[in-house]
Amino acid sequence: MALVRLESIVKRFGALEVLKSINLIVKKGEIVAIIGRSGSGKSTLLRCVNALEPVQGGLIEVDGIEVTAASADHNALRARVGMVFQSFNLFPHLNVERNIMLALKLVRKTPKPEAQDIAVRMLEKVGLADKRLAYPDELSGGQQQRVAIARSLAMEPTLMLFDEITSALDPELVGDVLRVLEGLARDGMTMMLVTHEMNFARNVANRVVFMHEGRIHEDGPARETLTEPKTDELKSFLSAVLH
Amino acid sequence: MIREFTSPDVVYLMLAARWTIGLALVATVGGGLLGLLIALARILPIPPLNWLAIGYINLIQGTPLLGQLFVFFFGLPLLGFSVGAWTAVALSLSLYASAFFGEIWRGALQSVPKRQWEAGAALGMTYRHRFTHVVLPQAVRIAVAPTVGFLVQLVKNTSLTALIGFVELTRASQIITAATFAPLQVYLTAAAIYFVICFTLSQLSRVLERRLHGTG
Ligand SMILES: Nc1ncnc2c1ncn2[C@@H]1O[C@H](COP(=O)(O)OP(=O)(O)OP(=O)(O)O)[C@@H](O)[C@H]1O
Ligand SMILES: [Mg+2]
Repeated sequence: MALVRLESIVKRFGALEVLKSINLIVKKGEIVAIIGRSGSGKSTLLRCVNALEPVQGGLIEVDGIEVTAASADHNALRARVGMVFQSFNLFPHLNVERNIMLALKLVRKTPKPEAQDIAVRMLEKVGLADKRLAYPDELSGGQQQRVAIARSLAMEPTLMLFDEITSALDPELVGDVLRVLEGLARDGMTMMLVTHEMNFARNVANRVVFMHEGRIHEDGPARETLTEPKTDELKSFLSAVLH
Repeated sequence: MIREFTSPDVVYLMLAARWTIGLALVATVGGGLLGLLIALARILPIPPLNWLAIGYINLIQGTPLLGQLFVFFFGLPLLGFSVGAWTAVALSLSLYASAFFGEIWRGALQSVPKRQWEAGAALGMTYRHRFTHVVLPQAVRIAVAPTVGFLVQLVKNTSLTALIGFVELTRASQIITAATFAPLQVYLTAAAIYFVICFTLSQLSRVLERRLHGTG
């Protein structure tokens, strides 16, 4: 069953065409790693899926909602599609628990005690139950990123988007965050993740999408695509990131 | 008849300081309300409104407060509006404060990173909720220190109203100096009173900043 459907997506910033007719279907439960050089359009692609960026052409459908329709309710869509950013983007004026509870209360209208229970459960899931009352600036980058993941998960998303969520972290903190993602994978969460962690892509993703100059240049099963790239562009990209 | 500078004079100065505080308060409330509108006019994506606000801010910030006071006190009557000293002073101080508050608050709102808006959006929050629950609290925290900094300036600037006959702290000091011929004692006392007012403000700012960090 297709959870995400992109048909002939065109995205421009002014005269610059960043996405050039993208076609992509992501099935429920699939874990798609999106790789490619800097500027190839990976982040833009993710941001189009939850309508943070409007597109100039094509059709996007997520979980039965036609995102590109003029009447689409983007807030309702985003309440069901989680997104985690490279820069964490926790709310600095709220403690960890309230970071997680805010959207639950405002968007889902969850009563406070229940929202608090959810926050605790999500924090346990990412291994940070003891940081419930800490403020973001009291946490390490890896801890902040796990709180950001917990904050998204609290909304019970049907799809999670991750944009290079380990790129801003010290190497020794990357593992904790990747372990959380592995847990999500075991739970069957559908994920689209932009990553430079090739080992992670190979071991956890089922599928790899290689973007090159605004197009999907290669698309296939993770292990196979990464070990036996078909195109020269992917070969040279892989040799650049692996060495 | 020259007399001594005695404790009743100190009381007189303190009573005059009520006017200093009152004027600053009026300017804060009037300027604050108007300043909010100015900040909005600067931020909303409506170019003519932006230009208007920028022109207003430049006009007010680019001319001396004393000149503005004179325009309201002496100028308005020439145009056929009879205004009392209170009205003239309240109007001009409020307009003066609004230009500064407007700029301080616009700066604070815009210094909240765009990513914070995005983080709220990615969670499905409406534009209004993103503003009220994510951006505004952070902007308030940023704005406290410069806002209070300007309030301290404002308190001191109320002394200019002495020049149109307002008996606030500075004018009261002149009057007592004329009677006692003890300028040093009189003005030192006045300075001490100004200091207490301004120091209280900056302490308040510190407490507020800490409080805002704790509970958001
Ligand atoms: N808001 C924007 N305005 C103008 N151009 C943009 C904007 N966002 C991205 N671009 C451009 O679009 C292109 C694709 O950017 P994108 O961020 O999607 O690349 P990316 O593959 O995620 O790269 P990286 O690995 O560096 O994150 C780049 O040329 C970038 O300069
Ligand atoms: Mg990117």
